[in-house]
Amino acid sequence: MTDCKEIVEHIVAHLRTVIPPGTEISTESRIVADLGLDSLAVMNFVMALEDEFDVSLTMDNLAQVETIADLAGTLAALINRVAE
Amino acid sequence: MSILDKFAPLQHAYGELQREGSDPFAVTFDSVRSPVEATIGGRPVLIFGSNNYLGLTFDPQVIASGVAALQQYGAGTTGSRIANGTYQGHAGLEDGLAAFFARRSAMVFTTGYQANLAMISTLAGRDDYLLLDADSHASIYDGSRLSTAQVIRFRHNDPDDLARRLRRLEGQPGHRLIVVEGIYSMLGDRSPLVEIAQVKREAGATLLVDEAHSLGVLGENGRGGAEEAGIEDDVEFIVGTFSKSLGGIGGFCTSNQPNFDILRLCCRPYMFTASLPPSLIASVQRGLERLSEQPKLRHDLHRNAQRLYNGLSSAGFILGPHPGPIVSIRLPDVAIATAFWTALLRAGIYVNLALPPATPDSHPLLRSSVTAVHTDAQIDQAVAAMTEIGVALGVLEPGND
Repeated sequence: MTDCKEIVEHIVAHLRTVIPPGTEISTESRIVADLGLDSLAVMNFVMALEDEFDVSLTMDNLAQVETIADLAGTLAALINRVAE
Repeated sequence: MSILDKFAPLQHAYGELQREGSDPFAVTFDSVRSPVEATIGGRPVLIFGSNNYLGLTFDPQVIASGVAALQQYGAGTTGSRIANGTYQGHAGLEDGLAAFFARRSAMVFTTGYQANLAMISTLAGRDDYLLLDADSHASIYDGSRLSTAQVIRFRHNDPDDLARRLRRLEGQPGHRLIVVEGIYSMLGDRSPLVEIAQVKREAGATLLVDEAHSLGVLGENGRGGAEEAGIEDDVEFIVGTFSKSLGGIGGFCTSNQPNFDILRLCCRPYMFTASLPPSLIASVQRGLERLSEQPKLRHDLHRNAQRLYNGLSSAGFILGPHPGPIVSIRLPDVAIATAFWTALLRAGIYVNLALPPATPDSHPLLRSSVTAVHTDAQIDQAVAAMTEIGVALGVLEPGND
């Protein structure tokens, strides 16, 4: 089992490379509304995470994601389904 | 509170654009004299921003066929293809398209947008997977939203990423439908179809290629990117439009699937809209014949495309990766792009302005396109105007040309 806390750390590490230095990030940060990523930046950032965890998010999966915690939960469900 | 309040951010951005003195989204042509000459705001302009690749909009035979059908069959059909909207011309055009593509069947739709909406939403059902190139046209994305399939995007023109995503689906039930475009509309870059077809074969997937911008442009017979790449047998479904190289409006899909015609009874964007008017059908049919009769048009198009691409590239502009009928200049920001577009129009050159997020990499684009009927002098005039404005706006170094 890969836990959400570990996934959140990966997500934050990726986000740090694309948002202005010093931006506050928490699990409840909204990826678009709070961190200011546009749709293209979100796609590139999600694709990097998909490569890292070797999973593919569907567009339905992505539509449900608003916060970092949502994204971590979605990734955890996919990763653990692959591992089953 | 208004129901339109949600569009306030867009309204604000649009207002900023208009305050800068131009509105590229509200251009009105006073008159159009040829595929490449028009009048806007009382001033003559050269059109370098259409999809009229072969210049067929003013072909005398294309016009005459439309006029004759207008007089013989009337202005419109007033009905759907599955009710009173199928005339001999519609069926004849479908036969003509199937013959042109050397395929068993074809269906004609009222727009190219609807062709993608119809095919993608109907082919990919629940439990199936749609694999879309990330830079796909809006009609492909909208078709995927109308479908009940799971939708996965792969990196633009990246067959390895497509292969990885197909591998991750191993063991899952359902069909995999891969959707790519022969030529992409913003940068004019081409799909690596040889490699995409190889990935498709290895995964046992189904392939749909949208040849909207490549019909009449690529391939020995003008059948598009799949013909040029020599992979037509790997493509189950070819989608295309009449509103670019054929100079009309409408869309189609052609296929060798033996039971293809059943789609006429389940494709909602085919069934629940009125069919194309007979005059348009007749013009497109003649346009398809002109395309085959005159390979010179395709050769002239490529010669002109190369001249425009070389001219702008030599001037120092950042362009898309492949010379072709679409030549896009990448610009640093929206303010410069808007000023560039406005100055160019004042200089008598009309091009398209494409702004993020409709562009592939967050940069605005000046999207120009060339036709078979532009003259060398017209292309040189456009290159000179773009270069002069590029220097004035600091996009180019002085003397780089």
